[in-house]
Amino acid sequence: MAIAQLAVPTERFTEWAGYDGPVQLISVDGQRTVGCPYWELVADVDGHQLRDLYRDMAVVRRIDAEAMALQRQGELGLWAPLLGQEAAQVGSARALRPDDFAFTSYREHGVAYCRGVDPVTMLRMWRGTGLSGWDPAEYNLATPAIIVGAQALHATGYALGITLDHARSAVVAYFGDGATSEGDVSEALGFAASYTVPVVFFCQNNQWAISEPVRLQAHASIAQRAQGYGLPGVQVDGNDVLAVLAATRLALARAYAGQGPTLIEAVTYRMGPHTTSDDPRRYRSHEEEEEWGAKDPLVRLRALLQREGLADERFEKEVATAAGEAATALRTGVLAMANPTPDALFENVYAGPHPLLDAERDAYLEYLAEYDEVS
Amino acid sequence: MAVATTNTTNPTTTATTTTTEPTSQRATTMTLGKALNAGLRQALTDDDKVILMGEDIGKLGGVFRVTEGLQDEFGDRRVIDTPLAESGVVGTAVGLALRGYRPVCEIQFDGFVYPAFDQIVSQVAKFRYRNEGRVAVPVTIRIPYGGGIGAVEHHSESPEAYFAHTAGLRVVTPSNAADGHRMIQQAIASDDPVIFFEPKRRYWEKGDVDTDAPLDDMPLHRARVLTEGTDVTVAAYGPMVATSLEAAGIGAEEGISLEVVDLRSLSPIDFETLETSVHKTGRLVVVHEAPVFCGLGAEIAARVSERCFYSLESPVRRVGGFATPYPAAKLERHFLPDADRILHEVDRCLQP
Repeated sequence: MAIAQLAVPTERFTEWAGYDGPVQLISVDGQRTVGCPYWELVADVDGHQLRDLYRDMAVVRRIDAEAMALQRQGELGLWAPLLGQEAAQVGSARALRPDDFAFTSYREHGVAYCRGVDPVTMLRMWRGTGLSGWDPAEYNLATPAIIVGAQALHATGYALGITLDHARSAVVAYFGDGATSEGDVSEALGFAASYTVPVVFFCQNNQWAISEPVRLQAHASIAQRAQGYGLPGVQVDGNDVLAVLAATRLALARAYAGQGPTLIEAVTYRMGPHTTSDDPRRYRSHEEEEEWGAKDPLVRLRALLQREGLADERFEKEVATAAGEAATALRTGVLAMANPTPDALFENVYAGPHPLLDAERDAYLEYLAEYDEVS
Repeated sequence: MAVATTNTTNPTTTATTTTTEPTSQRATTMTLGKALNAGLRQALTDDDKVILMGEDIGKLGGVFRVTEGLQDEFGDRRVIDTPLAESGVVGTAVGLALRGYRPVCEIQFDGFVYPAFDQIVSQVAKFRYRNEGRVAVPVTIRIPYGGGIGAVEHHSESPEAYFAHTAGLRVVTPSNAADGHRMIQQAIASDDPVIFFEPKRRYWEKGDVDTDAPLDDMPLHRARVLTEGTDVTVAAYGPMVATSLEAAGIGAEEGISLEVVDLRSLSPIDFETLETSVHKTGRLVVVHEAPVFCGLGAEIAARVSERCFYSLESPVRRVGGFATPYPAAKLERHFLPDADRILHEVDRCLQP
């Protein structure tokens, strides 16, 4: 389900870009805000679509919880939970068209879900049966970048390719607040601005880079950085799925129209640990977690749906069923995953033959065969 | 694989020229720099997905003029000046490759490649493996390298071992104009990423180039025996090939017969050609500008010792830079191997 069909009038870009954020369309208590011009960018989102967005967020949260459980049970080596960032990921990814391309970091399971990737496939890298899971060309989604910020440059290069092709699509580069300190993100902003390429820099500022608070990365807002590159930068409430959708639509529309990159800072919160190896109690307070818990993106959207009579018991049940089925399918699929055979170690290092690697593979497989004979 | 000794083009051992290609009636004489330029032009002509990117490569034609005239000819959408950020150059090349392009990046000087090291080692080299062969990253990264031009700091380094050590990369280096012309086209055509080291002090040395010769006459990763000899094999690459040929010339006058092998490819290394030579001569000296410690020579010495042990009549010896940073220009003649230092190691090999 892509909900990117709204025509965004070019002549109003400047007006929207000039809006002094943060953009918020749904208040923390689930009410529609008044007066924000970004409302027009989601004017077409009806009750049916709001429910779809909620369902996506709920399913993604359930998948995330199941992956956490699988890790705790020893079935995954590691997991980086997205808990709390569902609105930022679903709201932005649902703005994309199929021919747009996305580059992500390792926490964007919600983005991968919206691009159509089977969650079982997403977990291959976390279970260790492969370094990644899917074919980037099939979903127009690169596999996760683990080196922080590196993907911002890949996104910029891909967008430069779109420009050279005279095509009309765009790229989204997802990264976090920690990544904004990386040189690659700065270089990507510079290159993208210099070449006016169709890329959206989507920063999920989730307040924490493992144990480092965002104030260690920056003393001004991340959105403000855009100004130095001559780009529009906008801060949105990242726990408000409509605000995220609106801002991403605007940025994409600018990109399609040849007006170049936009930096979006989605202010959100990593409600869980950095990964399953992390312990947030060592560096942040319970009070802070409670404060952000009150801004939970799913709670907020559910409140809006209830307020507007869109979330009856039947809908709630339907969502719970969808989430439960996704979790069961994930668990079943992960437990059934085959381990790779030793020859896979040597595959796909090079496109063509490579005498050193070929010799090492042959020698090792021969060694294994001898060992098998002995044992 | 054919033994390359049959390709020997200079039957005398008094080799003092770097012209190493068979001369053909169609061959024209040009410098290495011009040959690379012609090779790049051919690659741009043959495949419209080939694009060049780098700092100052457009109007200026690169600080060594290797891309001279190419932006005029192919436009600024195919020959692209980039902002000054090496990681940015290589990282955006990755994205372009994913979009179906075949980018050729120029790193202005050897010592400037390190800001791009992460993108090369973590991204370019591993993308195919990480994506289980579903994604190709056919990026060529051209790096002028080596010393001998009296440059300031960071302009004379030989960082090839870092890249040869990295799985997923191919690493090659031409030593002469004909190889420059051919190998740059082969590198660009490769579906694997290639680190293409250009011996900058040889940019102005001339050789015969047959621009119509079929590329597959000589595979990208094959070593070439340049002078046949019987006493000691000298394996060199890039800028040290000419120096080794000079040593062979002096050696011949002194009655020492050296067989000079131009490795051409550093990953993979053509050990077959090298071993054939060592089995014949029984002695090997490896020469490079890079520091000897953990240099390519170490790997070559280890492999040749393993595989030619019963043919060797002396330990494999290495000639190269010292375990120092690259020194100031007025000291570089002490750092860089010359013909005398090569012959000194040759003599040690020959001592009973």
